[in-house]
Formats: sequence, C-alpha cells, structure tokens
Amino acid sequence: MNTSFGELEAILEHVPPHPEHLIRALHEVQAKFNYIPADALDAVCDHVGVARSQGWAVATFYKAFSLRPRKEHEISVCVGTACHIRGAAEVYETIVRGTRAHAGEESTPESDLSVEKVYCLGCCSMGPVAKVGNEIHANLDQKKVDTLIQTHSKR
Amino acid sequence: MKIHNLEGLLKAKQRGITKLYPPKKPKLLVGMATCGLANGAREVFDFFRSKARATSWNGLVEKTGCIGLCYQEPLVDLVIPGKPRLTYNRVDLVAAEKIWEELWNGDIPETSLMAWNDTDMILLDGGPRKLHQGETESFMRRFPSYAELDFLKYQQHIAMRNCGLLDPDNLDHYIARGGYFSLQKALTAMQPDEVIEEIIRSGLRGRGGGGFPAGIKWRSCRKAKGAPKYVLCNADEGNPGTYTDRGLLESDPHSILEGMLIGAYAIGSTEGYIYVRAEYPLAVETMQRAISAAREAGLLGKDILGTGFDFDMEISLGGGAYVCGESTALMASIEGKPGEPRAKYTHTAEKGLWDRPSNLNNVETWANVPVIISKGADWYNMIGTKKSTGTKMFSLVGKVNRVGLVEVPMGITIREMVNAVGGGVPSGGEFKAIQTGGPSGGCIPKDCWDLPLDFESLTHAGSMMGSGGMIVMDQSICMVDLARHFIDFLMDESCGKCVPCRLGLKRMHTMLERFTEGRGTIEDLDEMKSLARAIQDAALCALGGSAPNPVLSTIRYFRDEFEAHILDKRCPAKVCKRLITYSINSDACTGCAHCSDVCPTGAIVSTNRKTHRIETSLCIKCGVCAGVCEAGAIEVI
Repeated sequence: MNTSFGELEAILEHVPPHPEHLIRALHEVQAKFNYIPADALDAVCDHVGVARSQGWAVATFYKAFSLRPRKEHEISVCVGTACHIRGAAEVYETIVRGTRAHAGEESTPESDLSVEKVYCLGCCSMGPVAKVGNEIHANLDQKKVDTLIQTHSKR
Repeated sequence: MKIHNLEGLLKAKQRGITKLYPPKKPKLLVGMATCGLANGAREVFDFFRSKARATSWNGLVEKTGCIGLCYQEPLVDLVIPGKPRLTYNRVDLVAAEKIWEELWNGDIPETSLMAWNDTDMILLDGGPRKLHQGETESFMRRFPSYAELDFLKYQQHIAMRNCGLLDPDNLDHYIARGGYFSLQKALTAMQPDEVIEEIIRSGLRGRGGGGFPAGIKWRSCRKAKGAPKYVLCNADEGNPGTYTDRGLLESDPHSILEGMLIGAYAIGSTEGYIYVRAEYPLAVETMQRAISAAREAGLLGKDILGTGFDFDMEISLGGGAYVCGESTALMASIEGKPGEPRAKYTHTAEKGLWDRPSNLNNVETWANVPVIISKGADWYNMIGTKKSTGTKMFSLVGKVNRVGLVEVPMGITIREMVNAVGGGVPSGGEFKAIQTGGPSGGCIPKDCWDLPLDFESLTHAGSMMGSGGMIVMDQSICMVDLARHFIDFLMDESCGKCVPCRLGLKRMHTMLERFTEGRGTIEDLDEMKSLARAIQDAALCALGGSAPNPVLSTIRYFRDEFEAHILDKRCPAKVCKRLITYSINSDACTGCAHCSDVCPTGAIVSTNRKTHRIETSLCIKCGVCAGVCEAGAIEVI
C-alpha cells in the first residue's frame, strides 16, 4: 500500500457504503492525492460495494479522475465554442509554449505546471478563460498568459 | 428557525424584508457569482468589508448573485433606505476606493455609477416595491434608470426573478421575495393532479433541449407504477457556450429547490437528486448550502409545512462527461456507473433511476414552476408564442458588444437579440451567423436572422433551442473550422457505447480535417452528408443523433465556404492554418521589432535594420506577431 492508509480511512469514514457514492468517493480521493492510486481505488470499491471492474470503468470514464499523479498546478484552458471563437486555440498554444509542456501529457521539469484542454468552464462571457485550481482567469491575452505562467511556475 | 406553516413563512418573510431592505442602514452588495469573481469581485468585497470594519461603518456589506450583465462585472449595488438602488459597473479596487470615499463623506457616490432603480420588481407574493420616496435626486436626471438600459429593456425575468437581487445563501431573502409561498399554495390548496393540470395548461416546455411539455412528463411519471419515485434536476450543463444553469444555481438556488418540491408533490415522489457538473464548484457549494438551509427550516424532510408531505434530496456530482446531460446517462451516473445512455424502449418515467419511475427536468424548467403555480397558467401562457410559452434564458456570448445572461419572452427575433439586447457586433466586424443549441444545434446565417426564437422555428432552421447557448459570430470565424471544432468536441465526448457515434464522428472528423487542410474533395461533402444521416438514424441517444447537426447546418448555409476550401484551397476567414501565409507589409512596418521579439520560432528577421520579413519556412502561423504589431503591418493571405 503506497497511499496513506489513514488519509484514505478518513475519506471513507464519511462516505456511506452504497454504490451511488462511488463517484463522490473518487472525487475526494482525487482531491486528496491529486490522482486515484490503484490501491485506493480498490479500497473505495470494496467500501461502497461495487465490483472492482466497475470502479475501474468509472475511474477511466470520467475526465475528473486521473490514474496518474497530476501536477500541483494544472492550467485548464477552455477551448469551448465561445472561447474558441475568441482565440482559445492561440491562448492554449501560447501557454503550452510558455511552459514548454506537451499537451495534457507531460510538463516541464523545472515547473510544477501542466496544461490541459477542457471544454467549457461556463465563463463564456469572458473568453478566452483558463482555470488554475478553483480560480478563473478571464479575458486572456498574451500579457495575461505570461503573468499566469510566471505566478504558477516554480522558480 | 423551523417553518411549520403559513404563519412561519410569513414571519420568515418579515425577517427577510428587514434584511433585504434594512430600514436604517445602507448596504453595499457585491456580485459574487463566477463572472464577478473572475473579474476581481472578491478583492472589491474584501476591501469594502475591511473598510466597514475598520471604520465601524453603520452599514452592511453583503454578497449577491449575478443579474446577467456579465460585460459590466464586477458589479456593486448600493441600497440606501428611501433612495433608488444604485448599480456601479466595472468596479476595480481603484473605483471601490473612490466609491468608499464618497460614501464616507456622506455623498451619493457617482464614480462608476451605471444606473439606478427606483422599483424592485418582485414578481411573486408582495409585488413591486417602491424603493424611492420624495423628490427626484439629481443623479436620477443624469444617469439612466434600469428601465432605460438597452440590455434589460427587452428582457423579462421569470426564472431569473431573484438573480442579483438577493444573497443566494439567505433563505429569508428568498422567502421575502415570495419564495416558498407557491409550495405552500400547492401543498394546501391544490391536489397533485391540479398542479399537473396547471403546468400542462401553462405550456411550459423543457428548457434543457428537447422542449418536451413538462406537465405531460410529470403526468406519465405520476401514473407510472412503482415506488419510490424520483424527481431529478439536470444541472450537468456541458454545452460549450452555455451557462444559464450556472447563473441560476449560483444566484438563486432556492427557486430550483422549490420547483422540485412542487414537482415532487405533483408526481408523488419523496426523494430527489440534483446532478451538478463538478466543473462548477461555486454552484455546487451554493446549492449544498441552500439544501442545508431548507432542511434546517423544515422545507426539506418530513411533514413539510405541516402538510404531511415528505421530500428530501441530495446533490450528485458529475465527473466531467458531456454525455451525462443525456437523461439515461445521467441516471447511470447517479447510480455510480459510467455515464452511458441506454436505448429508451421503456421511458424513464416508468423505469429510470434504479429502475424506478423518474422525472428529470432541467434547472431553468424547475425555476419556472413556482412562478406558474403562484401566478397561474393563464398568466404564464400569455407570454411568448402560442406553442413556446413563457420566457427563455440565453447566454449571449461571442462577437457581440453586450455579453451576458438574458431572459427574453419566446418569439423575439435573432436580429433583436443581437442588435437590441446585445448591442450588435463589435466595431470592425459584421454579423455572420449565430450558433444555438450547442453541439446538438447549428449555425443560422444572417439571411435568417428575422427568425423568431422559439422551439419550432429553430428546429426548422436546422438548429435547436437547446439549453440556451447563443454564440454570435462575425466574419473572422471560419465555418469549416467551426464545424471541425464541434466534431472535435463530440468525438472527444462520445461515450463510445454505440458504433455510429464512436466511429462515425471520428470519420467525419478526418474529413473535416482534410477540408481545413485543403485536401478535401467535393465527393467528400456528399459522403459526409450521407454519413451524417446514418449517424442521425442509428445513434443510440439523442446527443449522438443530433451530433451531425453542426456539420449539416454549416454545409446547408455555408456551402460556398466549404467549396472555397476544396476547390480554391482558400480559407475566406483566414483561419485554417494550412491555407494561409503570414507576411509583413514593408510599407507599413516601422521596424519596432516587437514582432521579432515575440516570435517563438525566430521566423521574423530584420531586412535592412528598418523593416522586417517573415521566413515562411520557419513560420508556424501562431499569429502572435499580428497580436503585438501596432502598425498593423502583419498581413494574412
């Protein structure tokens, strides 16, 4: 077991043992560890009472969950339609170039940033937008993107 | 405090009124929905709070939701007893400081003042409330009133009746504006069948996409055998370009709860779920607080308002899958399974969540219900058109001057929406098309912009109402690229259960990619149309069936653009990278070197230390240079 047993216990303690709580439990595991460790996934399945196959099906189906550790700061660049027509593709490319990260996969060794494309953050009136943590950065342009990368990169 | 009956509700209303309009204290309200927060509302709120504390100000600083004027965020309201409500726009810290200073000096602040409002149009129980007594203040002559704002003039707020006018976390505020009185009326003065009858007569149709009559849906669920029955709310707003549900969830969560409670009573349900997408953290938190407050007041739980009616509900969190907006996929997701739709041989009204009778409506639909019960079906069905009654919320975004959330009577035209409400396309651009209905909808060109906005007209034009996304586009948008964008999205979000959607969209994507690269053929166009029809006929769920709409509608209205890509290898909007080249007009170039500084590939070189030139073989067409060139010398051919 490479995840902290105590931390996992603390999560499962207040999750009722019923299949409908599988997704909720996985959300909490994801929030705690920044990914879904395999052993935690098994423990969640056993706890809520679903077959492990179902747990894996769910964890791989939904975008909110990741089976590999995510970077501490993930920049989610909205490429939804409203942002798309306001130049989201350019913003995304600029951020990727800026962090020298490969789309959604890797990130730069010297930063703790990673970049991913998401569809619609519901902030369509202020596109292009990006989200870091729970914070929305609106009306992005070249300058704002530079500041964004600088504030969230390790130096 | 528990609310046991009408008397308790009236007491809460009194409490709410003194909180909403404190008789002796001024009140500063900061719009703290996501749009406000992203524009710096938090800092403004903290500033006012700290000033108020430090100076022991005899006033209140509170938060509110979003009134829909997203283009003016952050918005701050000032409520002074006996005076019109004042609204300040684009309040940054500098403006906030000035506003505070003027207020502290005993003046009515006029820095950033946008408009005033002398009547609070309370829609429900209580009616309009005059805020202003006495003589006309001088600012009232110099600044516009709410009624004069073009953005609001054409609107009618029913679902949005409380948005931006109350604190979403305050139950008493909601009750003070007539909230939960409709529930009380339904529970004490109406039989469940009468409630259903009223909703049917109102003509209320599902606001989530399909436009199915809500009352008829309720009736089939009421008639279905089995227990328990579930009442569900679809708040999985995944349509790119749409945020109407977010607006309501963040600004007026109790209106949704009350609608669901009335629905549950009519259907005979005791349990419910609201399925919210996880991408909306603030909406989830606000909704959670609203549920807790309602539970604490006894408005959720056992023996609601002393009538013996039981109902409770929970939030179910989505996992970031667009397909979960489809009813059967949504139910699978609540059950803790991957969100894959099933064939609807049996309706969800009979066998839905956990194979029990279930009724699913969208956020906006539920928010309309209390108003219909309070004001009656006859009042409601006078609004809008004959077949599409009431109002519809839209998120008006894209290339339009006034972006925001709007709620208009059904039947206004696209032209009115874009020009009158939205203030037209920003200067330099020209209206080209409007996209409605998200990835299930389509693009409607300028030729059709006198089309009324109602369910039938939009479907007939090859688009659909959908959940209210409305994206305005100008000449800078390439329709072929846009079609590719939608199929890109749908391909990514396809759950993969059925072949037509999983493979059909992929194939379609390949063809569209070829068009944008200038490698397509005219035969491809016909092939794509036949593939689209196959997907429409054979896909398992409604989302799959409507997936080809964005492509079919763009081919229908913008065939010339496809042909330009295919025959002339040219992108008229100058968007598709394979078909354009960047160059520098040496006559216009000032040699400032801004472009060569930012060029990520070093493709821009100085020719004679004065003007610059782009080395085409190195250019990746990222467009960064065009963004920084002040002389406008960068040309795209």
